[in-house]
Amino acid sequence: MAELKAAKSVSENPCHMCMPIGGILPLKGVEGSMVLIHGSQGCSTYMRRTIAEHFNEPVDVASSALNEKGTVYGGGENLKQALDNIRRVYNPRLIGVLTTCLAETIGEDIERLAAEYLAERGLTDLVVVPVNTPGYGGSQADGYYLALRRIVAALAVPTSRHDKINIIAANVSPADLREIKRLLVAMDIEYTLLPDFADTLDRPYAEHYTRMAPGGTPLADIRAMTGAAATIELGMTVAPAISPGQLLADEYGVALHRLPIPIGVAATDLFLRTLREITGRKAPDDLLAERGRLLDAMIDSHKHNFAGRSAIFGEPEMVYAVTRTCLENGIWPTVVAAGGAGDAAVSLFKAALAESPEPSYFLSETDFAEIRFRSAAAGVNVAIGPSDGRYLTEKEGIPLVRLGFPILDRMGGQRILSVGYTGTANLLDRITNTLLDAKHHSYRSKLYEEFYKGRRLHMAPAQAR
Amino acid sequence: MAQALAIDGRQDFITTKGRQISRLKCDDDSIAGAVSQRACVYCGARVVLNPITDAIHLVHGPIGCASYTWDIRGSLTSGADLYRNSFSTDLKERDIIFGGEKKLAAAIDELVAKYAPKLVFVYSTCIVGVIGDDLGAVAKAAASRHGIEVIPVQSSGFAGNKAAGYRAACDALFRLVAPGTAAEAAAVGKDRSINYLGDFNLAGEAWIIRDYLAQVGVDVNVVFTGDASYGELKRATRARLNIMQCAGSMAYLASRLEETYGIPYMRVSFLGLADTADSLRRIAAALGGGDMSRRAEELIARETAVVQPVIDSYRAKLAGKKAAVYVGGGFKAISLIKQFRELGIEVVMVGTQTGRKEEYETIDSLVADGTVILDDANPAELEKFMTEKGADLLVGGVKERPLAYKLGRAFIDHNHDRKHPLSGFAGAVNFAAEVYTTLCSPVWRQVKTGGDLSG
Ligand code: SF4
Repeated sequence: MAELKAAKSVSENPCHMCMPIGGILPLKGVEGSMVLIHGSQGCSTYMRRTIAEHFNEPVDVASSALNEKGTVYGGGENLKQALDNIRRVYNPRLIGVLTTCLAETIGEDIERLAAEYLAERGLTDLVVVPVNTPGYGGSQADGYYLALRRIVAALAVPTSRHDKINIIAANVSPADLREIKRLLVAMDIEYTLLPDFADTLDRPYAEHYTRMAPGGTPLADIRAMTGAAATIELGMTVAPAISPGQLLADEYGVALHRLPIPIGVAATDLFLRTLREITGRKAPDDLLAERGRLLDAMIDSHKHNFAGRSAIFGEPEMVYAVTRTCLENGIWPTVVAAGGAGDAAVSLFKAALAESPEPSYFLSETDFAEIRFRSAAAGVNVAIGPSDGRYLTEKEGIPLVRLGFPILDRMGGQRILSVGYTGTANLLDRITNTLLDAKHHSYRSKLYEEFYKGRRLHMAPAQAR
Repeated sequence: MAQALAIDGRQDFITTKGRQISRLKCDDDSIAGAVSQRACVYCGARVVLNPITDAIHLVHGPIGCASYTWDIRGSLTSGADLYRNSFSTDLKERDIIFGGEKKLAAAIDELVAKYAPKLVFVYSTCIVGVIGDDLGAVAKAAASRHGIEVIPVQSSGFAGNKAAGYRAACDALFRLVAPGTAAEAAAVGKDRSINYLGDFNLAGEAWIIRDYLAQVGVDVNVVFTGDASYGELKRATRARLNIMQCAGSMAYLASRLEETYGIPYMRVSFLGLADTADSLRRIAAALGGGDMSRRAEELIARETAVVQPVIDSYRAKLAGKKAAVYVGGGFKAISLIKQFRELGIEVVMVGTQTGRKEEYETIDSLVADGTVILDDANPAELEKFMTEKGADLLVGGVKERPLAYKLGRAFIDHNHDRKHPLSGFAGAVNFAAEVYTTLCSPVWRQVKTGGDLSG
């Protein structure tokens, strides 16, 4: 496997976003919570637009709207006024405060400001969770796990042992979250799923609209995560310093199992096996039948899939899960790009890609110009990742299977199901059908060119002679 | 009202027709903690300049800003497509501490080597303003190193709102069009053609208008900035008249061009039948009338004959509905009020992100008593007034769409990444068709029934 790092001074068509947008998602998955972005107005507007378009949901995120004055003299007053206004309009039980490049650069101490605010207003039942998410400090995936860790840190209290299991979800779709819950219910396991934006970011239509979407992980459940039987964190690529599961292990002794997102046979098996090890409960026959159906699907399409050469990009955790799923099916990962993946993640990817009989490129810090160049040179014929991959379709004719976050140019980003045996079968079908589509689209003209028109041209001069 | 609004300080940004419009506050910073629908200075500058097709648009800042604005507009091109890329210096922690000037210079060098552009825009973002990188100096040095134009755009996010970004973009454009040679200076205002300001060629809209004007006998010199190229912009000052569609973004440039080069400008609007016809007439008259006016009348008659029956057929289905409008600029809001009227629809709530005082006065004079007028609204207010006023439909951008749908109301996208034109006669039909497809969709019938399964 060749590893490439772009050593350029310019990023050409970015393939990741900034930290605070990653922090918004888990906060949206906590019951009764609101988000405040501490910085200038634009950051929160861009992020709202991206999230709203992916989920097709209203995404209310407030901004402290730092202006010139706040930037020069400090934004403390803005921040406090913002918290006041959020409480008036939304009456939340928890407010996450995420910083931006601007707030970090001018050195805002949000921890102190938050504490001051609560003391000054005499608030005892509101939780404010400050999270430092400088846009230049990492990618959205870092912001996602860090915000989760801070939520847990802010709420955790020592709890006596109980039987529940903590599941810390990666940035998967609401449909995926629902599927994870279904698997747990099928195995009769009690759990706390964090974050849980299955309902808040995919809210059913109802006659009466409420500003705060119903759903999300209850605060009481998060507090009690400290007493759980174990934590399963879907976060193989996550640095321990920003891992919520690691915090629960270090400070409360909750056993931590780090697993990949359960996409693919092996990863789903591992998920269910780990649940069994922790709880002693077996997967019911229904789930085993789903497994059998997935295997059946894999066999049905294996020849088509074996023609696949994939470019996989997006958030590291999703890219890792999809890479392994592609490896299971012979859709050889050819260009793998996980923007912002740290050192530990890089070795994970290397180990996985070592399984491939075909050459592959792993790009840990990259942009779409690089992905395009590598993909074209290596004969990639299917791209898998978020919407921005349409650039590869437009420029190189490589079809895109949309997966991950964000999906901005298609409906239903929130409904894409890819976890579990059933989700994997969905995902595989989408990939296989994309390959088939390309094949069926071109085989007539290709064969004509190769065996008819090509020959005739070849023979024509001879006949003329 | 104040109590229902909940956010302190928002009272002055909202009024109801019939009360005093002069009290309405606008052009002010958003209130902290409000979920404002507005963007930042950088965004304002970027949306105005981005349609320039053969320029490098380099964002000096952290990756996010460039990431969110990659190919953000539906501006079409007839030539180069360099503008559809998003270039960023991708500043990291180290650059924040030690300064990003070197990285910026290297980035420009790499891009010039790869793309050989004639023009590079360098946008500053929030932190660049704070760490004090000297954009001007880096740009100047790069310009002389490569013999091309490198123009800094002072668009630090916190230094005002989107309107300040429009101004920063206009500053950059003004600098760009300045005649460089004696021959260019002598040619100022001498050409018979006109410039078209404030159209970004969303879904080819500038092409539609260019074609109408050609039929009237008017040559369009340069469009600012839809489908514009460096070479075209350089000859902008030759035109004898500027017509201006989007005043929010272009009024400042238009008045500077008038002051400095004596090129007069007039406001136009190509949204809706009435405005389109009126604008064509006024342009022809301003250019001397006569044959042009005659051709304008012919064009209007020809197009109206085709389009009016279609619009009327929609009107028959839509009359009596109520609309709410929440868009970026005041100009657009004004046109929409008129356009809805052409469809028999009354606007009951109207607001903008960056409307100006005069525009709000015009809005006030257009709407019926009781209409709510508001500046820099937020979701809570939109929800409240749409419900209170019984709006059947909302016009807005991407962020407002899910809210309208969740409230069970129709929605019209009037944002800048649209894929169908809304300008001119063709656009008026598209608009009417879109209003029809959303208001009269059978889904609302399903939505309003069916809640009785649980009983
Ligand atoms: S990169 Fe920084 S300034 Fe840009 S949007 Fe992200 S947080 Fe805001």
